[in-house]
Amino acid sequence: MNTFAYRRMKNRLASFAALACVIIALIPLVYILFMVVKTGAPAISWGFLTNRTVGTGGPGEGIGNAILGTLLLVFYATLMGLPIGLLTGIYVSEYGNNKVGYTVRFFNDLLANFPSIVIGLLAYALVVNLLQFGFSLFAGSVALAIIMIPIVSNTTEEALRMVPNSLREGALALGVPRWKTVLKVILVNGKSGVITGALLSVARIAGETAPLLLTAFYSSYWSSSLSEPVASLPLTIFRNYNSPSKELLQQAWGAALVLILIVLSINIGVRLFLRNRTVKRKVVKNWKQRLSLRT
Amino acid sequence: MRAPRSRLTFSGRSSGADRLFEYGVLAIALSTLVLVWGLVLQMAIDAQPSFDRFGPGFIIGTQWNPNTEIFGALPFIFGTLLTSGLAILIGVPLSIGIAVYLSELAPPWVREPLSFVVELLAAVPSVIYGLWAMYALRPFIAHSVEPFFMSFLGWTPLFQGNAVGLDKFTAGVILAIMIIPTVASVSKETMRAVPDSQREAALSLGATRYETTRIAVLSYARSGIFGACILGLGRALGETMAVTMTIGNANKISWSLLDPGQTMSSLIANDWGEAQGIQLSALIEIGLVLFIVALVVNLFARLMVGRIMKAVPTTGGGL
Repeated sequence: MNTFAYRRMKNRLASFAALACVIIALIPLVYILFMVVKTGAPAISWGFLTNRTVGTGGPGEGIGNAILGTLLLVFYATLMGLPIGLLTGIYVSEYGNNKVGYTVRFFNDLLANFPSIVIGLLAYALVVNLLQFGFSLFAGSVALAIIMIPIVSNTTEEALRMVPNSLREGALALGVPRWKTVLKVILVNGKSGVITGALLSVARIAGETAPLLLTAFYSSYWSSSLSEPVASLPLTIFRNYNSPSKELLQQAWGAALVLILIVLSINIGVRLFLRNRTVKRKVVKNWKQRLSLRT
Repeated sequence: MRAPRSRLTFSGRSSGADRLFEYGVLAIALSTLVLVWGLVLQMAIDAQPSFDRFGPGFIIGTQWNPNTEIFGALPFIFGTLLTSGLAILIGVPLSIGIAVYLSELAPPWVREPLSFVVELLAAVPSVIYGLWAMYALRPFIAHSVEPFFMSFLGWTPLFQGNAVGLDKFTAGVILAIMIIPTVASVSKETMRAVPDSQREAALSLGATRYETTRIAVLSYARSGIFGACILGLGRALGETMAVTMTIGNANKISWSLLDPGQTMSSLIANDWGEAQGIQLSALIEIGLVLFIVALVVNLFARLMVGRIMKAVPTTGGGL
């Protein structure tokens, strides 16, 4: 039974099956995008984007406060998470060639894989329980910042690793102190990778729902105070997804469309930006190779 | 291929500013670590009242009753394991197929963009998966998939009841979709790490593409692929929103996939708003159980993936 024809048929079947797997996996993605755009688009209007949620589904209601809430949450989370993540990445890449560095990296990798609801519980334990802040914008931003830190520190570390050692050696040989070398030479050279990581982490936290449910809670008012509950796009979707009211359900789809536009545009934008960079990098590399051939 | 880089060494004399910078950065790097593990400890303290009251029996308690204040975690541990198991069962074969296609079969110009599109699945927020599952996946499963399975597996305990769609089956399917990007991309990376000499050896013996993949690639990368599956399991265990929106929320143990259920994370998401006192403490204890399970699973996965990815240098740079 092990003839060549039989083996060739099996080969064809297997190749076809692998391709089928790819197609099956892409169906949900395309279907989700199609459905969110098709169902959410009729909801979008100027009033929908700028008015606040009342919660009754009446006319003139919008998701303005949820958009503002998500922006504020992401802003404060970035304010806390980005510097910490960045400096952690710098430590691991530039000073972390020892046991402490490995330990920091190891625990950051673990933190990156914590279930997001557990991060919500951690932020609750800190802000709501220990600091007695209550459900608030601050608690929500802390939760999102904890999610952001390991992502930023990992991508920063990777980006700084790509910076060639010759640059470090060059700067040091000129008598530049080490800390200045790190900040003015290495960080500047690895900047595109660092920015990429920061943007991707923003896209990731913008869509997080479970931690916000436990920390920022929800508000149907315009609130920008750090100590009060705040609305957000993901929670608007979660509150309305099962609503018997058609208008509220429509609100959920509209919010989903806005949210997915934010998240996907960051992801795709970063991707396009990166491709240009690699092309440029390749050009530079080839140019250098030619130079070195001559000498 | 990255060439190993030389390590620069220092004469030991460094200025005060240098030392200040190094220790400052180190302090910040360590602060997250201390904060996070301190908070885990704080969670354990918050869970203390529940632990004092129910003891180790909390894990095997089958009741969750806020009126009588008797709480047990078994229905939710059960729900988590059953839905995650289903997700692995459906998601892993698909992911391996995708990884094989991307790593072995796809023409080079397709490989990159297609990998990106598959990874986009991971970028979609989980609450949007839940919304979509509610209005697109659920009707499809209730009308077509579940009756199909009931027609020939209806005699098993797994498919007893009515096809409604708000149940563990739908939750398992949505979880399967959500773990695909993780499992597929990590498997693909481990397959790419298989040396070409393995493939060439198999091909030179006259093996077909399929046989080469099976003999040279899959068996070589199997510990990495296994690790990828465990990593996917970790994802599935902790996933909250999409499951909360599709599982039907019933605090009971039932083997039937067609019955509604509850996972550890969906219970926390559902009960958080009104929980107080001992119930809140019990919820935090459930969170702690989830945390420990996810931690063990992740450590195990890292061990498996790490074994094959050793070839790729993880250290090296820096001064």
